[in-house]
Amino acid sequence: MDIVSLFFQQLINGLSKGGIYALIALGYTMVYGIIKLINFAHGDILMVGAYIAYFVFAAWGFTPGSIFVAVLFAVAGSVLLGISIEATCYRPMRSAPRINALITAIGVSIFLENFPRLIPAIGPNYRDLTVPKLFETIHIGEVSIDPLKLLTLVVSLVLMTLLILIVDYSKAGKAMRAVSFDMGASALMGISVNRTVSFTFALGSALAGIGGVLYMLNFPLLDTYMGIMPGLKAFVAAVLGGIGSIPGAILGGLRLGIAEALTAGFISSKVMDFVVFGFLILILLLKPSGLLGVHRKEKV
Amino acid sequence: MKKFASLAMALIALTGFASAQTIKIGTIQPLTGAIAVYGKNVTNAVQLAVDEVNAAGGINGKKVELIVEDDSYKPDNTVAAFKKLATKDKVIAIVGALTSNCTLAITSLAQGAQIPLITPTSTNDKVTTAGNYIFQACYKDSFQGKVVANFATSTLKAKNVGILFDNANDYSKGLKTNFEATFTASGGKVSSESYATGDKDFNAQIAKIKASKPDALFLPDYYNAVSLLAKQIRAAGITVPLLGADGWDDAVGTDNADLVGAYYSNHFAKESASSVAKSYMTAYSAKYGNETDALAALGYDATKILLGAIAAADKAGKLTSPGVRDALAATKGSFVTGNISFDANRNTVKSAVIVQIGATDDKKLFTKFVATVNP
Repeated sequence: MDIVSLFFQQLINGLSKGGIYALIALGYTMVYGIIKLINFAHGDILMVGAYIAYFVFAAWGFTPGSIFVAVLFAVAGSVLLGISIEATCYRPMRSAPRINALITAIGVSIFLENFPRLIPAIGPNYRDLTVPKLFETIHIGEVSIDPLKLLTLVVSLVLMTLLILIVDYSKAGKAMRAVSFDMGASALMGISVNRTVSFTFALGSALAGIGGVLYMLNFPLLDTYMGIMPGLKAFVAAVLGGIGSIPGAILGGLRLGIAEALTAGFISSKVMDFVVFGFLILILLLKPSGLLGVHRKEKV
Repeated sequence: MKKFASLAMALIALTGFASAQTIKIGTIQPLTGAIAVYGKNVTNAVQLAVDEVNAAGGINGKKVELIVEDDSYKPDNTVAAFKKLATKDKVIAIVGALTSNCTLAITSLAQGAQIPLITPTSTNDKVTTAGNYIFQACYKDSFQGKVVANFATSTLKAKNVGILFDNANDYSKGLKTNFEATFTASGGKVSSESYATGDKDFNAQIAKIKASKPDALFLPDYYNAVSLLAKQIRAAGITVPLLGADGWDDAVGTDNADLVGAYYSNHFAKESASSVAKSYMTAYSAKYGNETDALAALGYDATKILLGAIAAADKAGKLTSPGVRDALAATKGSFVTGNISFDANRNTVKSAVIVQIGATDDKKLFTKFVATVNP
């Protein structure tokens, strides 16, 4: 395969994974934007979405109906989980120092990863799923495109567009932007801060849940720790793009996926993580607020 | 006070007497984690061997007690499990570990503590180099790599093989090196790409291997990584045959259609004709409900070898760890996975089998025997 074909092959791989990273990065960036908290448990919402979909597919196989139900349940489950975590663990911390909320988030993450291992139905062992070949591979010249990857990318882009529409053009979205700009002033203007924060978590968790389903369809090997690495990388992507910025998270996620694929494809998979995280350090040294981030100066 | 003291002495003597009546052996297996299926099957087989010996009256009248420890396929846990078995349970010998990286983590410890360690399934070449207390009851990867490489050359007529291996796993690395050595020596070309344990996305490495236009792909890893690899390989449009090794043992349990047609080397084929093997398979299915696999058969053999050695040591009046070690070294017999005896380096000289994965009409996978390869 010549260099151009190889480049396109890796690019498609990278965009597909980048789409999933972007979906999760959006959750991180929105929550940070609104309550200045890095929700470390966000990667585990991906895991929960994946497991819910797994159980649906394990019970009903792969039909258009079961796929719809799986996504519906995964989204519902993730949203419920996200909102409950916010209400029980983060809301009481809102007036506490930021580090308390951060440690709580880490605690929630560890709980979500380990408690399900005790439940017999989930258990500590890996589960795999035989995902049937839903589409035939497309061949363009020497490049093979797995339609599942294209589907993943398309779904991610559609969801991101929907999110931007909600945030920029709906009343709830306006409330989100207001609260993230100034929580106190928004409350004075009559915006229900609690409801807006819950809505933000719901949106972020829904995206993570769908991200989990997509991740599971692409890499059908589940265990309760599966959300750690994607979550961590998505967090890196969100910071890189500018934490608090939605376009930043999207670009950050896609860019990360492409960087991973091209590094693994042209240099070596061994240096892949080094390149990705090294790049983060470099960008933060040069532009601390990320590529698209806004450096809000404190006005006294 | 005197009465109390004598009562205490009597009790201590009684417990001492009682422990002389049971022989404790330990086993370390990955009962949870990425390869839990192997851990469970091998533990079942080890337990079956112990139960059979106890049902037949034990070892010269003494009952055998099996203590099972879980290492979750993590070498750190294997070390902790070994220390517990050695110091707290004071076992006389240990069957384990299952994977080469876990076994290698405890071989020097076992040698230093002079506790005989017999691994049923760790095929890495370096296992027995730690010393004369370490026994390997399966063939080595240097043999296995050669078997698969020769099969690729002579039967598949492959001239160019791509290898996707886990460079953080001793088993995978060892097999890749051995395969490559044999295959290139017979004039073939090898290109390889590596990934790390736990990786799920191999698309970048697969795209690179595809560019080298291989005639076959060799995937020396365990069943769940292999299942993911096969799926991504086929999705990338690569249609050449897949080759594997004994780590594929339970790959048929994944029912992954992308594995159909693949060949792999193993220790034991169910079509094996020996009566010892047949009665073992029946006993295993009767007790546990599912069919045995090759690794479990190895576990059964290793336990039977150990218990036989303990019986011999006991008869010679030397029921101690050094005594058991010497009896192990003198093992010679016919077992489920073939005739077994240990050479000067405590490795066994055994044959391998090549099997192929096929699928039934309702998409269930099974293996069919292809050939036996003698050393």
